[in-house]
Amino acid sequence: MKKFFANQWLVMLVFSAVILTMPIWLSPIGAGYPDLLQKFMIFGIFAIGFNILFGLTGYLSFGHAAFLGVGSYAAVWSFKLLTMNVLPAIIFAIIVAGLFSVVIGYISLRRSGIYFSILTLAFAQMSYNLAYSVLTPVTNGETGLQLERADPRIIDSLFVEPTEGLPLTNFFSLSLSGYEGFYFCAAFLIIGFFISLRIFRSPFGLKLRAIKSNQTRMQYTGFSTKPYLLSAFVISGMYAGLAGGLMAATDPLAGAERMQWTASGEVVLMTILGGVGTLIGPLLGVGIIKYFENIFSAINENVLMAAYSGLPEGLQHFLVTVSSPFVGEGWHLTLGLMFMLVVIFLPGGIMEGFDRIKRLLMKPFSRNKDAVESAEEGH
Amino acid sequence: MGVGTGNTVLKVDGVTKTFGGLRALDDLNLTIEEGTVHAIIGPNGAGKSTMLNVCIGQLKPDTGTVTFDGEVITGKQPFEINQAGVSRVFQTPAIFEDLSVLQNVMIPAIAHRDGKFKLNPFSILEKQDDIEGRAVEILERLRLTELMDKHAGSMSRGNKRRLELAMCLVQQPRLLLLDEPTAGMSRHDTNRTIDILKQIKEGGMTKVIIEHDMHVVFSVADRISVLARGHIIAEGTPDEIKGNPVVQEAYLGGSVE
Ligand SMILES: Nc1ncnc2c1ncn2[C@@H]1O[C@H](COP(=O)(O)OP(=O)(O)OP(=O)(O)O)[C@@H](O)[C@H]1O
Ligand SMILES: [Mg+2]
Repeated sequence: MKKFFANQWLVMLVFSAVILTMPIWLSPIGAGYPDLLQKFMIFGIFAIGFNILFGLTGYLSFGHAAFLGVGSYAAVWSFKLLTMNVLPAIIFAIIVAGLFSVVIGYISLRRSGIYFSILTLAFAQMSYNLAYSVLTPVTNGETGLQLERADPRIIDSLFVEPTEGLPLTNFFSLSLSGYEGFYFCAAFLIIGFFISLRIFRSPFGLKLRAIKSNQTRMQYTGFSTKPYLLSAFVISGMYAGLAGGLMAATDPLAGAERMQWTASGEVVLMTILGGVGTLIGPLLGVGIIKYFENIFSAINENVLMAAYSGLPEGLQHFLVTVSSPFVGEGWHLTLGLMFMLVVIFLPGGIMEGFDRIKRLLMKPFSRNKDAVESAEEGH
Repeated sequence: MGVGTGNTVLKVDGVTKTFGGLRALDDLNLTIEEGTVHAIIGPNGAGKSTMLNVCIGQLKPDTGTVTFDGEVITGKQPFEINQAGVSRVFQTPAIFEDLSVLQNVMIPAIAHRDGKFKLNPFSILEKQDDIEGRAVEILERLRLTELMDKHAGSMSRGNKRRLELAMCLVQQPRLLLLDEPTAGMSRHDTNRTIDILKQIKEGGMTKVIIEHDMHVVFSVADRISVLARGHIIAEGTPDEIKGNPVVQEAYLGGSVE
């Protein structure tokens, strides 16, 4: 593993190739369409960022969806006031979410453990409720923030004639619907992954892991731990803001439901399912959860009948009856069972499963090292 | 013995610390001379660890001050005191159990180089040859190189102690505080640790060592203070302490090997 990640350019090459060819290799399992692919990318960014905080420092935030929501609002405001170009919108989304996370992080990090989690949850729920009440002028309440023909769009109005309908988001002359939207988001995911890879391999990343392991020791070792934790918090908040900005870029509206605690909980589940503190794990978690949510939920009895069509009729009906509670509306059941199995048998997530398989295959070669250790202990 | 420089590096001045009704430290006064190995001995519960806790900023004394290198450090944060040049080996090993042995030593080396806070998210750890080089050098001295890639948490208690000593030494502290560094070690490992402690004596580092093992104390100490019920009851060279009837009675029980 260490050797493998040592050549970062090779890693990035493979990673980019896998991501950019997703429309091809995901279509056999029905997931190769742009809308879902965009979701994979956007939530992938969200989870990678979340993992920098939770995976490296062990601080479990239950309020990261707030930063995602804030990013969405910031981006839509940029569309309304300045231009339909997504670049400034995304920059705003990242900056505004970053500022928010400085404030929330500064206060929440006064506590650790469960109290930290509760504080972040409280802040996120507060933002969610404020978006529906006091902040309606900014968020447009329950309707959600949308584009209007009458929006000023100061920059656009200088260069282009207003169109008949609502304008579309663009990246200079590129439109962002369909596959273009996917590739646009994929570019950010690749950059986001690269930054995360570098953080994992940096002294900063090591210090964060040491804080997770023994924060008191870190203080007696000469480190002021709070600024490190706050940096990790803000970085992950900015990733969430980017994800929110991209959501608005591919579909220019923003609603408060994005900030709800269920949305914060989802990213926690994704990260744990895939593997906390691993580089790839959170992305696997995103893939699985979003796949279940979008594909498994669409399977109905007809689809099942077709799947078991080669079998004798009695068996076919039996299998359909047995499996139908797990698909369609029942996808939550399948996901829940899978989550429980992973947490109980593989606390390190799916990545731990891979690791165990790898160690099993490597076992014959690692005898020598153990011998050295036992000789050392034997004195 | 005249090994020290004659300067005072650490001064504990009238420190009292109570826990509820218990006076763990009772008007404690202690002066440590730069460049010496100063042993603190005393019965269980005498307040030895509490004294170190006060020195490194883990506990605030009720009254009194601690001065390090001419500067009052009572009330300072633990990381500030460490950055000023004080490192400590704890009575129960305090290491990063989830990290590798090498990483455990690289972290204090980074603290020594970068200070209390430096954001370097894009430099690559494996390319920091200065840090890794120094960590490996210390691990070699403590004969831990074979275990370098091991999970620190999976090691024996004795090895954890040696690792913690390595973590402190890599910082090249001006003052090293050792809380029973050989407790739980085999005779062999104890002797090895004595050798190391003697070696680093030549570096000019001041060491305060709390120890129950008199063999260790009389092998390394230039001066000995005897702590009982929160204050110093005797102080002197090893020979003076050996011959001191009060100490004989109160602590050594008359039998010194
Ligand atoms: N945080 C604390 N809260 C309450 N009491 C404490 C605390 N720390 C130490 N004490 C008490 O203070 C007294 C001195 O403890 P200390 O750990 O300093 O002893 P010691 O000399 O290091 O003993 P030992 O040789 O057993 O390590 C003991 O009675 C202990 O129970
Ligand atoms: Mg003690």
